[in-house]
Amino acid sequence: MARRLSFQQAINEALDQEMARDESVILMGEDVAGGQGAEGEMDAWGGVLGVTKGLYAKHGDRVMDTPISESAFVGAAIGAAASGLRPVVELMFNDFMGVCFDQIFNQAAKFRYMFGGKAETPVVIRTMIGAGFRGAAQHSQTLYSIFTHIPGLKCVVPSTPYDAKGLLIEAIRDNDPVVFFEHKKLYPLEGEVPEELYTIPFGEAEIVREGEDVTIITLAEMVHESIKAAETLAENGVECEVIDLRTTSPLDEETLLDCVAATGRVVVVDEANPRCSIATDISALIAQHAFGALKAPIQMVTAPHTPVPFADNLEDLYKPGAEKIASAVREVLEYQTWEATASKN
Amino acid sequence: MGSDGIQKLTMPKWGLSMTHGTVIEWLVPEGAEIVAGSEILEVETEKITGSVESPINGTLRRHVATPGQDIPIGGLLAVAADPSVSDDQIDHFIESYVPEAAADESASDDLVPEFVDVGGHRVRYLEQGEGGQPAVLVHGFAGSLDNWLFNHAPLAQQRAVYALDLPGHGQSSKDVGDGSLEMLIGTLHDWLDVLGLPCVHLVGHSLGGAVALGMALQNPDRVRSCTLIASAALGPEIDAGYIDGVVEANRRKQLKPCLERLFADPGRMTRQLVDELLKFKRLDGVRDALGKLAENFVVDGEQVVIFRNQLDQLQAPTQVIWGNEDLIIPSSHAEDLPDLISVEVLADCGHMVQMEAAREVNQLILSFLEKTDS
Repeated sequence: MARRLSFQQAINEALDQEMARDESVILMGEDVAGGQGAEGEMDAWGGVLGVTKGLYAKHGDRVMDTPISESAFVGAAIGAAASGLRPVVELMFNDFMGVCFDQIFNQAAKFRYMFGGKAETPVVIRTMIGAGFRGAAQHSQTLYSIFTHIPGLKCVVPSTPYDAKGLLIEAIRDNDPVVFFEHKKLYPLEGEVPEELYTIPFGEAEIVREGEDVTIITLAEMVHESIKAAETLAENGVECEVIDLRTTSPLDEETLLDCVAATGRVVVVDEANPRCSIATDISALIAQHAFGALKAPIQMVTAPHTPVPFADNLEDLYKPGAEKIASAVREVLEYQTWEATASKN
Repeated sequence: MGSDGIQKLTMPKWGLSMTHGTVIEWLVPEGAEIVAGSEILEVETEKITGSVESPINGTLRRHVATPGQDIPIGGLLAVAADPSVSDDQIDHFIESYVPEAAADESASDDLVPEFVDVGGHRVRYLEQGEGGQPAVLVHGFAGSLDNWLFNHAPLAQQRAVYALDLPGHGQSSKDVGDGSLEMLIGTLHDWLDVLGLPCVHLVGHSLGGAVALGMALQNPDRVRSCTLIASAALGPEIDAGYIDGVVEANRRKQLKPCLERLFADPGRMTRQLVDELLKFKRLDGVRDALGKLAENFVVDGEQVVIFRNQLDQLQAPTQVIWGNEDLIIPSSHAEDLPDLISVEVLADCGHMVQMEAAREVNQLILSFLEKTDS
């Protein structure tokens, strides 16, 4: 299995192979086919960063450009899903999701529940997340926690090309609405990807690095920053376990709790803003169900409670990275109980 | 033989993906006499822990690598030399040692599997060594040519040795037709034709043993000898729970306990080994392929393809190798076989006996092949 693809190519291949396999799979979105009104492939941009490039030439009218009206085309995709197609709709940046909350939260997420379990809505909403792209406050947010909050939606946040392909195929074949979050900084990342089609089940976290001292729980681009931090710490004899959530809904609570029970020390790393986030959610889960195993308070490494800054230096400061993660790990390792500190003084 | 009669022991390459290994412990102290084939040290790779066998005879003069150290393929592990060679000469040899990068690269170039079309099936295989009477390694249920990572190269020192992925397995195409033994034998037969191999030694593990046996019974002119390792088709007993588990498991938590049953010492198994099978299992078509094969071979918890009462019709010389702690197919199937079949049951080994006792199994196969070549 030596073939390597970028994260972006892995997503493209998943879409291409699923469209070839199942003709009910269609793509919709802004510029996913063309953009400037030229003929055919000449005009095929393949989306704002070119993820769907080449698919229009292969699958023609099943790749549909939409007007710049998220509320209309996301609604149309959900309606198409409810009536038999399997649309994959691209909503460029997750920052724009606000204008179609009703379609997603109050329609797609509720159909199965409100129609006696008889309605299925096999729609996938692909969208970009993440800071570090010099995209400023309206194109850089990380909003998966908002969608994770809503029952009836599944939320997928891959971190590697292998996972991106397998999880996207699983999302397309899933009969419920899935929001698929792609970190834009991961697009050039390369890794081994099988040429064949394959699926990765939702709700299975991946232990990407083994270690017995501290458990780092994370997702998306922060998986790679956490591994970097773990490698630096390993030079000083600290072995971190790194868990990639892969999906936030469903959440693999069992793996998280098992791992915490073994190490007793936890750092949760999440690029999103800190309030009501995946970081707080997982911290609460662990505090509630694994309190007895904890040897130190849970540490969270997140962005601050501010919009993503436009100034380069402030954006760099905003985003969590390997250094901040490593210092949080040191903090949980060096933690002493109040009694221990008091007796020393 | 190196300069001044100093010989080197380097990190071997086990399987396609190995790039480096970590030294676990030395099994032989400095100053000890070593002979080719003896186990010198334990090495852990991403996939599995194994013993490095000495390719040389002599006095083990120096442990160059230390436990815990990570060494790339071709990196120096130890040196051996006659006691008359001075310590200074040994030091000089170690200091000036340059890993054979170029040689290693060309060696790994040889380790690129190829694909051929066999009657509409895409079959992946790996060839190592050349000349001689060729041998073919046939893996077991849910396995792949990677199952021979400790055997393929050692067996290929005096002959061309091929390992293939059966239909539905590894990177061969996943269509297994009706999933019958006939289908598997037919593919093996046609694959031998495509490669232009008129007559081969067959080495089959588990399900691959049933394929080898069937091939030897149906096409005696194509089979020089048969080595059956923890083979299917020699009796009804089998751990059907293992088969069902491997067919159905789609998550690490389900698959890992199944795979642990393959080894007498499950500690040898690493995360990577489970991951690779999981990745294979998640490919489209694999569940159906394995399910169909399982239906053909195991019914109501018992093997239904059994050749035991046809063994006296075998024309190819045959040997049977088993691990006495095999939890999948009991080693009692190695008992009461016709006298002409030689039988070896190895202690402290499970179903993956060719991995757990690679050295013994390799030696048994090498001497059997040599004996049956002509």
